Amino acid sequence: MATTPPVIPPLAPNATFLDTNELIINMGPQHPSTHGVLRVILKLDGERILGTECVIGYLHRGVEKIAENRTYTQFAPYVDRMDYVAAVSNGLGYCETIEKLLNVEAPPRARFVRTILTELNRISSHLLWLGTHAIDLGAITPLFYCFREREEILKIFENYCGARLTTHAFRIGGLQYETYDGFDQQVRAFCNQFMEKIAEYETLLTGNRIWLERTKGVGILTAAEAIDFSVTGPLLRASGVKFDLRKAQPYAAYSEVDFDIPVGENGDTFDRYVVRMEEMRQSIRIARQCLDKLPEGPVMAKVPKIMKPPVGEVYHAIEAPKGELGYHVVSDGSTQPYRIRVRPPSLINLQALDRMVRGLLVADVVAVIGTIDIVLGEVDR
Amino acid sequence: MQSVLPSLFFYALATMILVSAVVTITRRNAVHSVIWLISTLLGIAGLFLHQHAEFLAAVQVIVYIGGITVLFLFVIMLVNLDEAAKKKQFAGQWKIVVICAGALLAELGFFIFKGAEGFYFAEPAGGSLQPNTQLIALALYRDYLLPFELASLLLLVAMIGAVVLAKKDLK
Amino acid sequence: MPTIPAAIEPFIWPFVYGAVILLVFPLLAGYIVLLERKVMADIQVRLGPMRVGPHGLLQPLADALKLLIKEDIIPTLSDKWIFWISPIISVVTALVAVFLIPMSDKLPVPDTNIGLLLVLSLTSVGILGIILGGWSSNSNYPLLGALRSTAQLVSYEIALSFALIGGLMLAGTLSLQGIVMAQKEQAIWFVFFQPVAFVIYFIAALAETNRAPFDMPEAESEIVAGYHTEFSGFRFALYFLAEYANIVIVCSIMTILFLGGWLRPFPNVAALEFLNFAPALVLLGLGGACLIGLDRKPSKPQKLGMIGLGGAFILAGLACLLPPVMEAVHGLFWFMLKVFMGVYTFIWIRFTLPRYRYDQLMNIGWRWLIPLAIANVIVTGIVMQREQIFAALGF
Repeated sequence: MATTPPVIPPLAPNATFLDTNELIINMGPQHPSTHGVLRVILKLDGERILGTECVIGYLHRGVEKIAENRTYTQFAPYVDRMDYVAAVSNGLGYCETIEKLLNVEAPPRARFVRTILTELNRISSHLLWLGTHAIDLGAITPLFYCFREREEILKIFENYCGARLTTHAFRIGGLQYETYDGFDQQVRAFCNQFMEKIAEYETLLTGNRIWLERTKGVGILTAAEAIDFSVTGPLLRASGVKFDLRKAQPYAAYSEVDFDIPVGENGDTFDRYVVRMEEMRQSIRIARQCLDKLPEGPVMAKVPKIMKPPVGEVYHAIEAPKGELGYHVVSDGSTQPYRIRVRPPSLINLQALDRMVRGLLVADVVAVIGTIDIVLGEVDR
Repeated sequence: MQSVLPSLFFYALATMILVSAVVTITRRNAVHSVIWLISTLLGIAGLFLHQHAEFLAAVQVIVYIGGITVLFLFVIMLVNLDEAAKKKQFAGQWKIVVICAGALLAELGFFIFKGAEGFYFAEPAGGSLQPNTQLIALALYRDYLLPFELASLLLLVAMIGAVVLAKKDLK
Repeated sequence: MPTIPAAIEPFIWPFVYGAVILLVFPLLAGYIVLLERKVMADIQVRLGPMRVGPHGLLQPLADALKLLIKEDIIPTLSDKWIFWISPIISVVTALVAVFLIPMSDKLPVPDTNIGLLLVLSLTSVGILGIILGGWSSNSNYPLLGALRSTAQLVSYEIALSFALIGGLMLAGTLSLQGIVMAQKEQAIWFVFFQPVAFVIYFIAALAETNRAPFDMPEAESEIVAGYHTEFSGFRFALYFLAEYANIVIVCSIMTILFLGGWLRPFPNVAALEFLNFAPALVLLGLGGACLIGLDRKPSKPQKLGMIGLGGAFILAGLACLLPPVMEAVHGLFWFMLKVFMGVYTFIWIRFTLPRYRYDQLMNIGWRWLIPLAIANVIVTGIVMQREQIFAALGF
């Protein structure tokens, strides 16, 4: 009866038999704080993160493929469904890209209205981020305050185009609708009250010891790393890189308004929080200036009913709330795009997650996912 | 009735302690063992209460159940029980164990036999609501202060030693 | 009337009281949940439950019914009997501890000379319910939650106990009734002698009951629901009940040791005797408020509900004006008021502050609270024995 001795796997040099096993935890796709259906596989030693792996694709709808079977106009509503909390920005990027391809330019009034709505949309996107980020860190109340103000923005969208979330506010070549009566007053009223409300959020969070301890020094991304990971948007600026497409390659009416680019120093979660809060203030500033300078005139340029852009390709990027949102459109001269490739900021920012959370605790993963501000609709497309 | 009830308590608690103790060492699952250990400790606390040593009973529960077994569970939960259950459960020192147990049994038997007449079942000590907390405090902090402090020093040394050992392992 | 044997007679009233606690406390816990939801809604500019009963007052009953008739799920790979027994451990220890709290000097609560220790030992056994529940689920998140809560509860119990010792040194007894009577004799609430201990106790109590900002064991954004992730239906309700019972217990101990238990403010000032009318006044006021707000109720059933509620409050208030009832009720009223102020503060904190991280929690406990609590005990001892010390030093 020859029995082979059981094979004992060799222990790591400094491990003892009392060493506990590494714990593999599946965070998501059904998890309260992965902001949708992100799945993160965590390798833990106790609660310390040894490594992470993101599994994406649970919300993949093949948006880019759909584009190949739609005309340029038909595809416009689809882009709203990518980053659904910043649908207006998505629409702006798409419309401007196709305008570039068609070689038309939206009239000045349309560009200013676009800028106002996009900046309001940036605020609403940041508000959603702030609320959920605070909830991730255990502060339940700010979410409701944020939603209260976001509601005002959504009301403006609703008054303007009838939709609140996936607005499809813009058309290729300008705007379909002229602004409604009272648009100016409503936006100004919102701008005035919102500055007070930001102060309210800040009293709840900015000076709070717990908030500081939870965010300062957590998920640090240095400037060099941020550039290596090609993260964009508030993440990049919080790491100290002063780069904003609104200044670097002005589009819409950004070249005609005056605003600052907030930058952080340490690239930690707190800096990203501060940068986004300041961005909201700057958005108000931009919206006010646009209202002051809002020119009269048509809102729609002359574009052919059936769009057949010349053969060629174009890449155009805008500064969406989450970072650089780029559209690469290839035209073969037909009514339908040959290929559309979207550069979603969420997906590319998400790649830095592993670098940011290694060595931290489980609770910090939640904080970092929150601070990256992902929208799974955009990550998976 | 007055005389039956206390001994009834005693026997019930003694049975509980003994049965739980036996089950504790025969369970294969370490967590189950701890639960039975808790049952044993609860029984002992009950015996203290039976003797009107309320302070000791409460401390027994707080320290042993609230502290020590909780830490046992803490450690056990981190160990992979499925693997542990496959390991050999006994150390294979049968001969030594039998000799030791026999010696102990003989010793106990001898003393029980010798002191049979002085042996009686535990009766509850005099009336309840005696301030035995104060009595214990006086004993510990006045009459036996030096031994008490020495013992605490010993525990402190052991604690620091444990921390040092654990730290070394990390590096 | 049959005579009751002398051997059983002293057990009857405590037994009845225990049964009443068992029946009434779950309801009370339900209403604390409702209070929490209402306060939360108020803080978050919402209304909270409004549908079931006037102002959602019947919501706890609906919730209880829902939890009772839900499917009872036991995970296949769980350790069945531990899974079965752990919520019971939690809830039984918590309810027994509630039973031991003297809410008024009129209630037949057993007075033991280790009252406080007994309550502490019961809550420390209650921890087992959490740990075993988390472990037996055989799932990662509950395990992490159980580990977190073990570490947290064991660490903060030390700070909690040392904070209690500060108060106990003044009272000179462990009996809960005795502590309150000591405050009556010394004519002061111990919070004024022991503010440091009070603050430490409060912070440690937040951690002991897994409340924000120390609610790591059930931090829903990190580890889903912590140790009770796999529990559903009635078992979940038991954990929930135990949790709220524990909140009431820690607030009660706080009330007894630091806030003068069932004594009204300034119990030795005879001029404030009129404060005994407070329960009646509060009930009448509530009744009045119900009836004044009547016009705003849109539908007939809602109006009727409010009238019924207001009438009940006014009747209870009038009953409280009768001297014997007033005598029996005012102690309970003050005790409940103090406990509810504690509970309200718990809720208020929960919806205001973010959550600490696990390692930060441990730092606070071990580096700040425990040394501070020990220092507080030492200073208290020195101050209490200052005469002997001065004499020894030759002043």
